[in-house]
Amino acid sequence: MPKGFYLFLITILLFSVNSSYAKESENENAPTDLKSEIKAYILHHLEDTHDFNLLSYTDDTSGEKVYVGMPLPVILWDEGLKIFSSSKLKHGKNVVEAGGNYYKSYHGKIYKTDAQGTIEYDDSHHPTNVKPLDFSITKNVVSILFTAIIMLLLFKGLADSYNKNGMIAKGVGRFFEPIVLYVRDEIAIPNIGEKHYKRFMSYLLTLFFFIWFLNLLGLTPLGINVTGNIAITFALALITFIITNISGKKTYWKHIFWMPGVPVLMKIVLAPIELLGVIIKPFSLMIRLYANISAGHIVLMSLISLMFVFRNWLGSSLSFALAFSISIIEILVALLQAYIFTVLSALYFGFAVEEHDDHDDH
Amino acid sequence: MDKLISEFSFGLFFWQLLIFVFLLLLLKKFAWKPILDTVNERESSIKEAMNKAEAAKKEMASIQEDNQKILKEARAEREALLKEARTNGAEIVAQAKTDAQAEADKVIAQAQESIQNEKRAAINELKNQVAQISLEIAEKVIDSELDSKDKQAKLVDKLIKDASL
Repeated sequence: MPKGFYLFLITILLFSVNSSYAKESENENAPTDLKSEIKAYILHHLEDTHDFNLLSYTDDTSGEKVYVGMPLPVILWDEGLKIFSSSKLKHGKNVVEAGGNYYKSYHGKIYKTDAQGTIEYDDSHHPTNVKPLDFSITKNVVSILFTAIIMLLLFKGLADSYNKNGMIAKGVGRFFEPIVLYVRDEIAIPNIGEKHYKRFMSYLLTLFFFIWFLNLLGLTPLGINVTGNIAITFALALITFIITNISGKKTYWKHIFWMPGVPVLMKIVLAPIELLGVIIKPFSLMIRLYANISAGHIVLMSLISLMFVFRNWLGSSLSFALAFSISIIEILVALLQAYIFTVLSALYFGFAVEEHDDHDDH
Repeated sequence: MDKLISEFSFGLFFWQLLIFVFLLLLLKKFAWKPILDTVNERESSIKEAMNKAEAAKKEMASIQEDNQKILKEARAEREALLKEARTNGAEIVAQAKTDAQAEADKVIAQAQESIQNEKRAAINELKNQVAQISLEIAEKVIDSELDSKDKQAKLVDKLIKDASL
């Protein structure tokens, strides 16, 4: 029963983190009612963190918050490279001195402060301190690295198994071979065309599995939310954008600046719209993935939190059933979003490499 | 939107771009290229095998057709041979019959001729014998007629008497 086990883990984890959060909020001046606390917790989860925490609790004897997890290196560029362990930040409680400068973490972001760690706020309670360039190996970076290593091992293994077994896949790769073929036969070839698809295969395959694996990783109880981060989806969409425009052929640019088959006036009107479309296409990719995954996480966590809001057997078990079904749907969404991102990228590449002859018949 | 921009972490973007591009290059070299090459190779070998099987099937069919044709031809030839043999046989029999008839006729003719010859020879022989016998009888008769003087005298008388006629 892996699914049941997985949900059990989620529940256990969320329960432990949630309860500790409740205790923490008593110490601080944070909102104390359960609902706003849940909201804060969910928003906190959606963000990247400087350390890889699995759970946290408050030590009863000392009254201090204890975090279970591992610290990660913080790398700052602030008039030179500053590297220190995230454990020194103590989740925003400590001021860290590195290379003569002082840094403090506030709501997951690192600010440059004075030796006392003073953070100044503007009218809307946003810190006005200087933010140094943060190249830290955050939780998301670790997750990306982990996924990259898994992918390398998995697909290198698949490639090697062909050599050992005379063109027949063996091991875990056997499961992924049909998916590789699916990406080729159902995503790349129909959208790009038999002639040009080969050039884009490596990117499409990497993209598809990268998004899919990270989406799935986001559903594990490790509290990872990589593909629901705008920087990640921006990077992916940017690569699609660059590849599309680098491989753009004559027909592609002609369709943007001088749309064939329409009156001259329309050509002039269409040019800026089409030009805008060049940006909007990858932009929609970025927002779609970000929004879908974030929304999935928010819905799932809200439903799990509802169990603690209701605190009775009927409401809580109903929320549990709902959370269970949503998490199954999320497994599907994980695959679907990877598929959509890949298909649309392939479609844009298809537009870019489309040749004049292909156009005449539609 | 404001929140999205404030949330945007340049560091994460940087790492994501770096790791992704590295991953892409490594996977391309060590995984995607060998995988796709192998799969393509496998597919083309399957296609080739299918084509070969199809060709073999076609060849088989054509061989079978040839066989059928040869069999048919052989049958027709046998038919023709049999027919020819039959007509030949009849001809031979007819020929033999006529030949036999001719021979028989010849033999009969020869027999008749030889019979005629024999008959003629026999007649001749008979004639000769009859003449011989007649001579002998005449001799004997003469002998017996002239064995006494009176008779001789009588004969002479007679002959003289005849002669003087």
